[in-house]
Amino acid sequence: MGTSGKFLAIEGLGKTFQNENDSKTVLEGVDLELAFRDCLAIVGPSGCGKTTLLLAIAGLIPPTAGAITFRDGPLAAPERRIALVLQHYGLFPWKTVGANIALGARLQHIDVPEKRLRSVKRELDIEGLDHLYPAQLSGGQRQRVALARALLLNPLLLLLDEPFAAIDTVTRERLQNNLLDVFAQRRFSFIIVTHNIEEAVFLGRRIVVLDGNNRGIKTIMDNPGMGDPQYRNDPVFFERTTELRGILEGLE
Amino acid sequence: MKRRAIGVYAATILIIYFAWYALSLMLGSNILPDPFRVFIRGFEEIATTAFWVHVEASLLRLLAALFFAFILAVPAGLVLGSNERLDGLFAPLIYLGYPIPKVVLMPVIFVLFGLGDLGKVVLITMIIFFQLLITTRDSARKIDREITYSLRSLGGGRLDYFFHVVWPVSLPGIFTSLRIGVGTAVAVLFLVESIATSEGLGFYIIDSWGRAEYATMFVGIIALSIIGIVMYEIFELLERKFCKWKSL
Repeated sequence: MGTSGKFLAIEGLGKTFQNENDSKTVLEGVDLELAFRDCLAIVGPSGCGKTTLLLAIAGLIPPTAGAITFRDGPLAAPERRIALVLQHYGLFPWKTVGANIALGARLQHIDVPEKRLRSVKRELDIEGLDHLYPAQLSGGQRQRVALARALLLNPLLLLLDEPFAAIDTVTRERLQNNLLDVFAQRRFSFIIVTHNIEEAVFLGRRIVVLDGNNRGIKTIMDNPGMGDPQYRNDPVFFERTTELRGILEGLE
Repeated sequence: MKRRAIGVYAATILIIYFAWYALSLMLGSNILPDPFRVFIRGFEEIATTAFWVHVEASLLRLLAALFFAFILAVPAGLVLGSNERLDGLFAPLIYLGYPIPKVVLMPVIFVLFGLGDLGKVVLITMIIFFQLLITTRDSARKIDREITYSLRSLGGGRLDYFFHVVWPVSLPGIFTSLRIGVGTAVAVLFLVESIATSEGLGFYIIDSWGRAEYATMFVGIIALSIIGIVMYEIFELLERKFCKWKSL
């Protein structure tokens, strides 16, 4: 990526879902930029288009208006350096953990050295689970496996769609810390979609609030304190969450 | 096979044996020979080459029909189940074709394909084809959108989608329909082998019946049942091996 170019730019993005006798616009005129090694949290009321926006960035849903550019090139299909982690983990129940983790690399014909594979597993504390099936894992383990599969592809942009929504509070906070650790050690950006206010403030350097009624961005909140694992105990964290809660309540 | 399954089979065989014995006492051994006599006749029969010629003929017809139904119905079911447009196009044809009792087409099939093995295999194939097609199609339809997104975001293309998603998702359903199909196939096999042939267990049963050799007739019935049971168990074993994730 050239230093002068934009890492990720979204301009005038719109998405209308068309049925046989109905059409529904969920996004309209969305403009957004993301720098390399930046992190963004997207929040908003249910049905405001958070996941649609993320899937459009993943190249999985074609927008009906506007354009997305990634590393100065148009993005119209899934990109090799963009990885996606889904709410229900996106793991293949019929494949073992080992096969699930290796699948992305296998599909992209990337030869991952055994040493790197081991280090990713160690980093996410999922060593020794290779022979198990996803159904035999806890929710937290499944999400870590999904994260390992994504990280193994060396992504420049990691997209996370409510990744910790189905996980208990203690495990969720541990996984959030895990993500911050990985983010500090590796070179990538991430965008996380969440409906959890605390999660958005803990993980987003900028927090994008989507407005369900106007189908666009309501506001973007700066959150420079993000990145410190102790941030949750900082008074600024409470101020930010209160502020964000106020914005979201105003949208209901 | 697990020890418990063997126990269940052994108990079932014993119950059938004693119920059969009781019934033969009530009806008289001319109508229903006692099981021990059938057992002895069975031992005499399996020592003859002629018996194995019948077994071989039936087994080959059955395997050929299952093979052709499998290679025709499974790919078609996978394609239809994962392609809404094609599914919509072929749905009326399947909707109309499935309920027609294909067995009544037997005379037409025999005229078209002859009275030999080909005609018999075609009829059995036709009957299990629809069962296999519909189950496979319905299994392939049950694919979660998240799994599709997951595969595409990992760099998977259309072919990968078939191998890594559609095929494994549909496999348990395919095994189930193969197990059900075996039962149907054995029943139709008996019917087609009772006509215009001198080889096969269907002929063996009808021939023994015609000669009033009831013990021999029951040997044929048991042999045909064993073929059905063994094939059913083979598909069950294969399912357990290849769809381990389903039972977790």
